Amino acid sequence: MCLAIPGKVVSLEPTSDETNRPGKVSFGGILREVNFCFLPEANVGDYVLIHVGVALSKIDEKEAMETLKYLREMGELDELDPEEENSGE
Amino acid sequence: MNWIPKKRTAESNMKYLSEFRDAALVKTLLRNINKTVTGQWNIMEVCGGQTHGLVRHGILDMLPDKIRMIHGPGCPVCVTPVSLIDKAIELCLEHNVILCSYGDMLRVPGTEMSLQKARAAGGNVRILYSPLEAVDIAKKNPDRQVVFFAVGFETTAPANALSVMQASNLKLTNYSILSAHVMVPPAMEAIMGDKETQVHGFLAAGHVCTVMGLSEYEPLVKRWKMPVVVTGFEPVDLLEGIWLVISQLEKGEYQLQNQYKRVVSNQGNRQAVELVKKVFEYRNRDWRGIGEIPLSGLFLREEFREYDAAMKFKDIKVPEAVETECLSGDIMKGKIKPPECPHFGNKCTPEHPLGAPMVSSEGACAAYYQYKMQS
Ligand code: SF4
Repeated sequence: MCLAIPGKVVSLEPTSDETNRPGKVSFGGILREVNFCFLPEANVGDYVLIHVGVALSKIDEKEAMETLKYLREMGELDELDPEEENSGE
Repeated sequence: MNWIPKKRTAESNMKYLSEFRDAALVKTLLRNINKTVTGQWNIMEVCGGQTHGLVRHGILDMLPDKIRMIHGPGCPVCVTPVSLIDKAIELCLEHNVILCSYGDMLRVPGTEMSLQKARAAGGNVRILYSPLEAVDIAKKNPDRQVVFFAVGFETTAPANALSVMQASNLKLTNYSILSAHVMVPPAMEAIMGDKETQVHGFLAAGHVCTVMGLSEYEPLVKRWKMPVVVTGFEPVDLLEGIWLVISQLEKGEYQLQNQYKRVVSNQGNRQAVELVKKVFEYRNRDWRGIGEIPLSGLFLREEFREYDAAMKFKDIKVPEAVETECLSGDIMKGKIKPPECPHFGNKCTPEHPLGAPMVSSEGACAAYYQYKMQS
């Protein structure tokens, strides 16, 4: 129940109830009702993580790209390292 | 309950999943781990979700022998005391309560039976994905008491607090929760305080920090002089987390690092934490197989006691707990690996579990059983 996978916000409904801010999230095409009251900053199109029916965080695209870029560069540097190539991985 | 779409192919095409399962990046990280490691290091991943990731993606077999992963107590179902399971069973069998629970809890053995058997015996047990659904059930069944079995770590606490707030706003008198909430940092403290501990560094549970932020971990890092890296759940996340921990260990450093920045911010989700603190307070809590850990449990505050099933149904008698053959305590303290339990795979299987770790979706024994026995 602690695990969550990223889903994309498809719709958000306006509401005045602070304990209920309904929206819909798509998980690879599977739609689910989600309560957004802890994530008022979410917008349609954002990727979010949901725990037991409640949206708790937005996925920060910039951070995700930076991590991937850094790791890819690390991989490219490895390829240039002849010692490593010889170690017969 | 984890909502993982059935089809793996659909899942792996999803954004922010496939990139973090990229084989080339996995290879790069493994190469760097191999290059970095010289000492013999034990790293504990606290969260059962990460244990499953490590086993399911074959990462344990890819790591160099010098690195030993110790699987921590991060399965909330596994640490829920038997007495609470017995109480839940008693509520639905003897008190006409609609007992709502996550699916994971269903097959966990209580003293005399599991919730699944209680359901077969006529108990009204409903498997839900979210406590908010239980509030709906209470709304639709005003003549029945509805109890949600609120099991979980910091990740599920906001939703449970919210369910109590909703019930309170709706003035429902037939909704309550049986709180079995436990918190991760006190457990890490207990593990480090154990003289026999062999843990050199931690992968902290990414989703727990999504809610709570990072501030609770700084004192742990300082006090125990050990690296803690907040880590995600995909293979690239897990390997990067491991790499960051051993990089620190090799240099003799200890710091708090955040591998999972795309999801976890320093301050966590303030709105969620505020509501959790409004509804719950910290008290000592008994962890099944481990014992009492100070200030590690969430209990409903005085103002919300009418939503506290433990208060509402105070006089419920539960059967006297009996000794069990399950070694879950040793598993969760990282003293043995599941296949080292003499019952693993013979006397204890998912069909006939002796303990919770064999049937919870975050249990270590279930992880080894599913991914190792079947391959
Ligand atoms: S294999 Fe079964 S009996 Fe052994 S520790 Fe795991 S759950 Fe308990």
